[in-house]
Amino acid sequence: MLGYTITQWLFGILSFLSIMFGLMVVFSRNPVNSVLYLVMTFFCIAGHYLLLNSQFLAIVHIVVYAGAIMVLFLFVIMLMDLNQDNEPQKTWLTKIIAGIAGGLMLFVLVGSLKGSEQLGIAQNGSSQIGTVKNLGKVLFSEFLFPFEIASILLLAALVGSIMIGKKEIK
Amino acid sequence: MINGISINYYLLLSAVLFIIGAVGVMARRNSIIIFMCIELMLNAVNLLLVAFSTLHADANGQVFVFFIMAVAAAEVAVGLAILSMIYRNVKTIDTDVLSNLKN
Amino acid sequence: MIKLIGLVPLFPLIGFLINGFFGKKMSKGLSGIIASVSILASFVLSVLIFVELNGSENKSHIVNLFSWINSGSLIIPFELLVDPLSSLFLLIITGIGFLIHVYSTGYMHDDEGFSRFFTYLNLFIFFMLLLVLGNNYLIMFVGWEGVGLCSYLLIGFWFKNTAYNNAARKAFVMNRIGDLGFLLGIILVFVTFGSISYNEIFAKAGTVSTSTITCIALLLFVGAMGKSAQIPLYTWLPDAMAGPTPVSALIHAATMVTAGIYMIVRSNIFYSISEVAADTVAIVGVITALFAATIGLFQNDIKKILAYSTVSQLGLMFLGLGVGAYSSSVFHVTTHAFFKALLFLGAGSVIHAMGGEQDIRKMGGLSGKIKITFITMMLGTIAISGLPPFSGFFSKDEILAHTYEHNKVLWILGMITSMLTAFYVFRLIFLTFFGKFRGTHEQEHHLHESPPSMTFPLIVLAILSVVGGALGLPEFWHMPNWMANNLETVIIRKNPSTLSHDTEWSLMIIAVLGAAATIYAAYAIYRQRHIIPLNEGDKMPALQKTIYNKYYVDEIYDAVIRKPLDILSEAFHKFFDIQIIDGLVNGVGAAVKGLGSGIRLIQTGNIGFYIISMVIGIVFILLLTFLI
Repeated sequence: MLGYTITQWLFGILSFLSIMFGLMVVFSRNPVNSVLYLVMTFFCIAGHYLLLNSQFLAIVHIVVYAGAIMVLFLFVIMLMDLNQDNEPQKTWLTKIIAGIAGGLMLFVLVGSLKGSEQLGIAQNGSSQIGTVKNLGKVLFSEFLFPFEIASILLLAALVGSIMIGKKEIK
Repeated sequence: MINGISINYYLLLSAVLFIIGAVGVMARRNSIIIFMCIELMLNAVNLLLVAFSTLHADANGQVFVFFIMAVAAAEVAVGLAILSMIYRNVKTIDTDVLSNLKN
Repeated sequence: MIKLIGLVPLFPLIGFLINGFFGKKMSKGLSGIIASVSILASFVLSVLIFVELNGSENKSHIVNLFSWINSGSLIIPFELLVDPLSSLFLLIITGIGFLIHVYSTGYMHDDEGFSRFFTYLNLFIFFMLLLVLGNNYLIMFVGWEGVGLCSYLLIGFWFKNTAYNNAARKAFVMNRIGDLGFLLGIILVFVTFGSISYNEIFAKAGTVSTSTITCIALLLFVGAMGKSAQIPLYTWLPDAMAGPTPVSALIHAATMVTAGIYMIVRSNIFYSISEVAADTVAIVGVITALFAATIGLFQNDIKKILAYSTVSQLGLMFLGLGVGAYSSSVFHVTTHAFFKALLFLGAGSVIHAMGGEQDIRKMGGLSGKIKITFITMMLGTIAISGLPPFSGFFSKDEILAHTYEHNKVLWILGMITSMLTAFYVFRLIFLTFFGKFRGTHEQEHHLHESPPSMTFPLIVLAILSVVGGALGLPEFWHMPNWMANNLETVIIRKNPSTLSHDTEWSLMIIAVLGAAATIYAAYAIYRQRHIIPLNEGDKMPALQKTIYNKYYVDEIYDAVIRKPLDILSEAFHKFFDIQIIDGLVNGVGAAVKGLGSGIRLIQTGNIGFYIISMVIGIVFILLLTFLI
């Protein structure tokens, strides 16, 4: 098909979709819509992970981000009753400045890419490093200690958010 | 080339997603949207890490992504708790109203 | 044992730290014991090292403690040098230092700053040891500055008295002038030789032009002038008597003031090469000697007399250095350390007995009351007057003999100095110990001999003053001159004496006769005719008045240097300081303030604005990274 492989077609479509959904996150007026578009973006990114042969990460990504984090967002928005289309907006001047600043940054980043040569390290198509077995080995041998620390971090976050979120006892 | 796709395209895609997130942070007033945009920026970086990890056939990059996810989860939990706390006290999460940094 | 040389300065440092940190919490006895024992330990070690060095073939040991400065071409190791010269100074410093520590435990007993006193004293010994032990000029300089600091602290020990503080400041400033010369000398040495270690410099000294050597030698001598109180920088030493008497004995008579002499003996090669420098040293020395001796004739403060005597004796030592008699000068340093420390400690004992009175016009007839002090001081006085066979006779005679050989005029001046010395020290003795008591009744009642801790050092020093001459018996007596032989390796270019024995004998006899004559004169005036020096307000002959007022040197310095400086400073203060410096500083302040009030507006408290600023900042940083 037009000289592109299926992978390349998939990559193009997923990239287009993720960028579109990303833009929708920023531009939609209703916060609930923003959340939903962000979930879609995350699905697209998970698709990218699959394309990169990282099945484990793709699943974790969907579970953690789309499943847990975004639900949390949705939950908080509902809690605050922000499901409305008329929330206050920034002035146009600020938005234009923000757009220019973002454009400048994109310009610089892309400009920096322009000079670099195309990395032509050909991979053997089916890399095995993204499998659960492989990642598990690395995670529980080389990164065992950071892994344990991460669990403590999560515990701390748990305790912290409860402490912050609870009503003060008067 | 990874799966027939040059790493440069991944770089480009990541950059674009990152900038979208940044513009969102700059242009919106709702703290929760800003928070979400930050998640988007994090994911742009994650994507690039995975891409490079596959390119170099090195699992460290993916382990990194794993840890970033853990940190992001923790961050969201605490951040949302703080936001709900602020909302409870001030009845708004509009950043233009919450300009207490000055004093 | 020589390898342990690092311990010698370490003991006083430990003593200093203990006394400095815990002195206030300890009893007086304990802090005195710690201070004295630390010096005693150094002394014992010094003796062992001295004995070992005497027995060994190699006379120069360099002990590398650690690498001190290592920066590009500037490499300065922290090395200690053990050779006959430094080991001899070690003995003097730790030996006399120990005796004076013991003495101080008695003398300072009722002082509230007891432990502070010993803290300073230990610190002083530490720096003095560094000064003589260092194997390069920089370590010497560190010690040099350190002893200056301790001298300042100890002169102003009773800091509640403004006059004492002023004396301390004067000593510090005068020393600083000399130190500048010394520092410039060290820098010139480094520039010329690319090193400041003695062995490397002295090996290369012959290859450098004489004019450079002269410059170095003169600059170093400026340093020596300040530290060893030579004209024109001598006026601080008499004022330094404001400090406690043991300090005067240790720092301003026996050790610190001889640092200049040590330095010149150490650098003797420069003065052997440069005749101009050597002649300058000799002339400055002899003028100082004579000048100070004449001032000493009419002083009435017991410590001031001894101070001028010290200046005068130091002048004699420099005369010896100038005429190339290095070992004789070191010999005189040694004997002088014995008898001058003895005289100062004796004076301290007298002051102690008199309840703080220092004016010899108000003393008299003390010989019966404080016998040990009297006898020991008498021995010291004979030694300094140069009567045989006491120690001063031999050392002074050696210097004068070398001077005679070098230049007859210098010899005559030196001879006169030596005779004046005999006169004023005996004047001191006659006025203090003989005749009738001239003080108040209370003082007479209060008179008592000092405690054993004070008389013991007096006795030891008295014995040393009597027999110390044995260190350097004249060669023409066919006796071994131990001092000259010992220092042979240190003195790089020797000039052996060519005088005939007859000449030496006659010189010796002239010296003794001269001293005896002046002593008789002093006896006739102050003992037989009971003349008491005039009081401040009394009319004096013009010359005597001039001398009594120390030739008005302080006043001249005041008028010539201080007043113009004051006026200049005032002018600079008005113009430069207020207009330019203050203008600059205030201008910077005003500019920052203005800028701040402008930039303050940027701090809106709006997060969105901050983030936009941050992003733009990041863009610029990235741009810079890519462009550069």
